[in-house]
Amino acid sequence: MTDHLTIKDLGLEFRTRHGVVRALEDVSLTVKRGEIVGVVGESGSGKSVMAYSVMGLSDAAAEIKRGSIVLGGMDLLATKGEALRAIRGREMAMIFQSPRTALNPIRKVGRQIEDVLMEHEAIPRRDLRKAAIAALERVRIPDPERRYDAYPFELSGGMCQRVMIAIALACSPSLLIADEPTTGLDVTTQAVIMDLIRDKSRDGRMSTLLITHDLGLAGEYCDRIVVMHAGHVVEVAPTEVLLSRPAHPYTLQLLAATPTPTSTLDTLPSIGGQLPDLRRDLPPCRFSERCARKLPQCDVPPLPWTTLSPDHIVRCRVPL
Amino acid sequence: MHFIWKRLLATIPSLFGVVILTFLLSHALPGDPAAYFAGPAANADSIAEVRQKLGLDRPLIVQFLHYVGDLARGELGNSLTTGQPVLKDLVDRLPASLELSAFALLFAIGVAIPMGVLAAIRLNGPADHACRAIVTVCAAFPTFFIGLLLVYVFYFLLGMAPEPLGRLNEILYTAPPRVTGAFTVDALIAGDMEVFRASLAQLVLPAISLGLFALAPIARITRAAMLESLSSDFVRTARSSGLPTSKVLFTYAFRNSLLPISSVMGMVFSFLLGSNVLIEQVFGWQGVGAYAVSAVLASDYAAVQGFVLMMAILYILLNLVVDVLATLIDPRVRFEG
Ligand SMILES: Nc1ncnc2c1ncn2[C@@H]1O[C@H](COP(=O)(O)OP(=O)(O)O)[C@@H](O)[C@H]1O
Ligand code: SF4
Ligand SMILES: [Mg+2]
Repeated sequence: MTDHLTIKDLGLEFRTRHGVVRALEDVSLTVKRGEIVGVVGESGSGKSVMAYSVMGLSDAAAEIKRGSIVLGGMDLLATKGEALRAIRGREMAMIFQSPRTALNPIRKVGRQIEDVLMEHEAIPRRDLRKAAIAALERVRIPDPERRYDAYPFELSGGMCQRVMIAIALACSPSLLIADEPTTGLDVTTQAVIMDLIRDKSRDGRMSTLLITHDLGLAGEYCDRIVVMHAGHVVEVAPTEVLLSRPAHPYTLQLLAATPTPTSTLDTLPSIGGQLPDLRRDLPPCRFSERCARKLPQCDVPPLPWTTLSPDHIVRCRVPL
Repeated sequence: MHFIWKRLLATIPSLFGVVILTFLLSHALPGDPAAYFAGPAANADSIAEVRQKLGLDRPLIVQFLHYVGDLARGELGNSLTTGQPVLKDLVDRLPASLELSAFALLFAIGVAIPMGVLAAIRLNGPADHACRAIVTVCAAFPTFFIGLLLVYVFYFLLGMAPEPLGRLNEILYTAPPRVTGAFTVDALIAGDMEVFRASLAQLVLPAISLGLFALAPIARITRAAMLESLSSDFVRTARSSGLPTSKVLFTYAFRNSLLPISSVMGMVFSFLLGSNVLIEQVFGWQGVGAYAVSAVLASDYAAVQGFVLMMAILYILLNLVVDVLATLIDPRVRFEG
């Protein structure tokens, strides 16, 4: 399998009134064609910021300091304006958390799908409606002809997320970024939505980046998992390896904090300490303040990558 | 449709309140109309006689019931000053005021909405700073002051505007045959371009004076509503789907800003109808505002009552229009209503 999306040494800062937020530093990851890669880490780790920089949707205050993002041989950071717009929605698409607000509240959902189709596909105007209904059907929405005319407020959260997926997949993109797609949905709907995303990825040989704070969810659906902490990638491994032999102390804590069928919420340990303030001067290992294994040499830059096996790497002085 | 009927029914209590209010209000006016009408040479007896003739000596509740009865027959009484039925006076003059307010609103919308949109798109850019400056200046001065200033500059100094003496220079032109009562529209209907241009020229300064004041709230709400839409999740979705900028800005962001904009526009329009009172004085405009001012000065009960009642009904209708617009803009309103 070839690498489809390659992010290399990405560094991104936000200029704010209260100082420079170093939101991403040396972030590297790859997604192969047809692969589902999970990006996990607690809220504030920089997962969304990373996803937006791939889509070219970064906030105006964001500045990419270094690194590269390449999708199917195309340098995304060098692609701007119209050229970038032509790729968005066609080559790469994104779905978001809170599907209700992610859809235009005063536009029929069918029309919202048509908007994307009209932009990227050469479909005659009179066939647009049929194509939009077909897109609704592909995400297993019952009674798609009727749903075409629905407004988002008339649909459940899960139904809205399916519409969102229909919009994202309307033009069969080669990369799908799903940013917390099931957060806020009930457990049954979560499973339905995740199964849908997995099936569509498999069918379409689509590369998928699944962003979630839930390691359990990533473990169930992903081929490989990238663990992020405070704007750093700290560990990358195939799913089974990461779940059975985590090498970074942070991964271990995440794993311990993930509910299993046998644990209850009360007995679940939470991750100690807080994410460091990204506006401060930070040590080479951004986890060091929260780490029980910390040694004096952990503060000596640069922090090396350790390769435990060809596809298992960890960024820690003293891996587990 | 169902919604509109329900909304119409809901206006009945406010109409009733307005009737009571107009009745009481005009009785709180200073001055004694009986004394006024009896003339300067009147003595106590002749004043009492006039008072009796006008029915002003009867108990308030009887006067009120008579008032309601008259209203039900479309009878607003006669104006003490013009000697005409008040209803006829108002119907004659209302088109002039509506024409002026409508042009003022059109001017305000035409300037304020593009300005607010541009300010929001280029936040903190030159357009945004210009917008803020214009809004501040426009909101700072009363309309009649702006009106006088414009007359001074454009009529007196530059001679670009016609003499501010009403809706049409009646010496040079004759008013077009009445259809709507708005001279510009009637001139167009009659195909008389010369009169159209002349009446438009008379309209420009008063409409701009009124419009400048209306500009500030519309520009401010447009900017704020656009900023909110632009930072919304659904605009992010639209951009992530690669929709063209024009579609993102108009179909997604702007249409979602229309609800607050239209409600402010309704408020501004009713405000414009009110400020006509002053601006019509400045420009010698023969509208209901000028009529109301002379009625108040003459303690002309019937005329004042009629004017206030008409304005209140206009406001109620205006709110109705805004509510109906809201249901057209946002399907969620229809659902809740
Ligand atoms: N527009 C912004 N301006 C300043 N800081 C930001 C901005 N967006 C995100 N951040 C910061 O970047 C960090 C990563 O945020 P994010 O990517 O949203 O985390 P998550 O992993 O939960 O998706 C956080 O510390 C957040 O405060
Ligand atoms: S580098 Fe040191 S401080 Fe950082 S995680 Fe590893 S052991 Fe802990
Ligand atoms: Mg996030």
